[in-house]
Amino acid sequence: MSVRNREQPNLKSLVRFMPEKLRNSPAWLNLLYVPALLLFGLFILYPFIRGLMYSFTNWDGYSQTFKWIGLSNYRRMFSDPDVARVIRNTFIYGLGSALLQNIIGLAYALFLNQNIRMRALTRTIIYLPAIISPLIMGYIWYFFFQYNGGAINDIILLFADEPVNLLGDPDTNVWMITIVNTYQFLGVAMVILLAGLQVIPKEFHEAATIDGAGTLSRFRHVTWPLLAPAVTVSVVLNVIGGLKLFDVITAMTNSGPGYSSASLSTLMYQLYFGRQDAGYAATIGNLMFVIISVVSFTFLFYLKRRETSLA
Amino acid sequence: MRKISWGREWLALVICLIHVLPFYILATTSFKAHDDFSSKWVAPGYLYLDNFVNAWREADLDRAIVNNVVVTVGSGLLIVLIGSIASYPLARHRTPLNRAVYGVFVSALIVPPLTILVPLYKFMVDIGGMNQLWGIILLHVTFSLPITIFLYTGFISSIPYELEEAALIDGAGRFKLFYLILMPLLKPITATVIILTCVNIWNDFQFSVFFLQKQEMHTITVALSGFFSQYNNYIGWVAAGSFLGAIPITLVYLFLQRYFIQGLSSGAVKG
Repeated sequence: MSVRNREQPNLKSLVRFMPEKLRNSPAWLNLLYVPALLLFGLFILYPFIRGLMYSFTNWDGYSQTFKWIGLSNYRRMFSDPDVARVIRNTFIYGLGSALLQNIIGLAYALFLNQNIRMRALTRTIIYLPAIISPLIMGYIWYFFFQYNGGAINDIILLFADEPVNLLGDPDTNVWMITIVNTYQFLGVAMVILLAGLQVIPKEFHEAATIDGAGTLSRFRHVTWPLLAPAVTVSVVLNVIGGLKLFDVITAMTNSGPGYSSASLSTLMYQLYFGRQDAGYAATIGNLMFVIISVVSFTFLFYLKRRETSLA
Repeated sequence: MRKISWGREWLALVICLIHVLPFYILATTSFKAHDDFSSKWVAPGYLYLDNFVNAWREADLDRAIVNNVVVTVGSGLLIVLIGSIASYPLARHRTPLNRAVYGVFVSALIVPPLTILVPLYKFMVDIGGMNQLWGIILLHVTFSLPITIFLYTGFISSIPYELEEAALIDGAGRFKLFYLILMPLLKPITATVIILTCVNIWNDFQFSVFFLQKQEMHTITVALSGFFSQYNNYIGWVAAGSFLGAIPITLVYLFLQRYFIQGLSSGAVKG
């Protein structure tokens, strides 16, 4: 510190003698982010504005002409029973899997934060599904849920006469997909929470133990508050991941039967490529944009505030 | 040393077995002959590889793997290049303008680009980027920039500025400075960026299925999904295809798993 202070006046006087070009460099340095900004404008901002425009048209997705139809797409969206169902599904995928992933992930993280010989192996195995394509993961779990010869039905048939149609039944299929998404990404929650646990100083636990705190109260008053930043990241990541779920649904049910297991993203895909209803599909995209940003920012805001109040 | 608790070791083993179960079922299904109707829980007592041969041929997996490698490597290089140079002024010169630019990039972390699919499709058709590997590469690069810029900017801000000042005074140009002084220091965060973005790009289905519709351009996931809808009844083929599709990244993960897990946790802790 003292060394730095002594040198600072020296540096300043040197800068005065530096060539003009170098001293003014910060301004032209900004050119360095121009490529990134250009890509961002072309592939995100411009399409986004076009998307707002298309939602007021009856464009079919390929012809050069379309009619302006005002708010009809939005009116149609809010009275569409399919959309109501799909919004419900999207929330189950987003909030349901985030809840399950973080509860199980926290349990695993607490378990693995102990002195266990198999820790590295267990962590590797639990995290493995997260690096495999969700599409492939969907196909793998399809072998479990299949009606004819599915692994789960083989067990059910030991006790019952009829197999259960887990993916064909609109009451269960959404939950089965939620389970698969949970299984696949709970390793992410576990790794993040485990990293959070490992930065908590051991002395805090020792001090609490000396003060007579039991396991439960140590968790409540030491671990849980200090884990808050990790919980924020893990919950927000998982909520966003679940709300935009696409691959697993496509692999397991292809949104069916009907739209009973569709999320907003697969519905948008079906409307655009299946029914050439591009204007309406763009409207659904805008709804998805609003829902995901509002939900994620709400979570982020609430969890960040909780971090400071707990600290 | 500390005592081993066998209860915990057994519990860890049980957890591992539960999580491996889907892969076990995948294996039994993909090695089973088409006329073998035994339960998926039962391992076949013979070696049968036809499923793999058929899946490899029908899904055209060799071409798909080449496409996947080209897309992932191309995107990864561009992400590191464009992302790191963009973050430098954002980290070092926090003018109001640069703060705003940083805010624009980072706010896109929250909102998935899938929401702009319809207009994006039209735009890609207009610029001739449909069914082109460069088209999907540019998309992947753009969509990975927010997380890349977020991580690089945070990391560069934590490097002491004195180092660069010293180099400037020694007469190094800005570019020399960036590549000789800064780049080597950025190695750990570059590894994190590559792992976080390239795993997603390698596994991508939701964009590739729209923008790479021609068969010659299919990546692994797109090739598999086409193959599966066609051979729905050949469950052994489907399983073998999934098996083959999952192998490359699983191998990479098993060899480099320390970096995968460190990458995720350091990326998350910075957030």
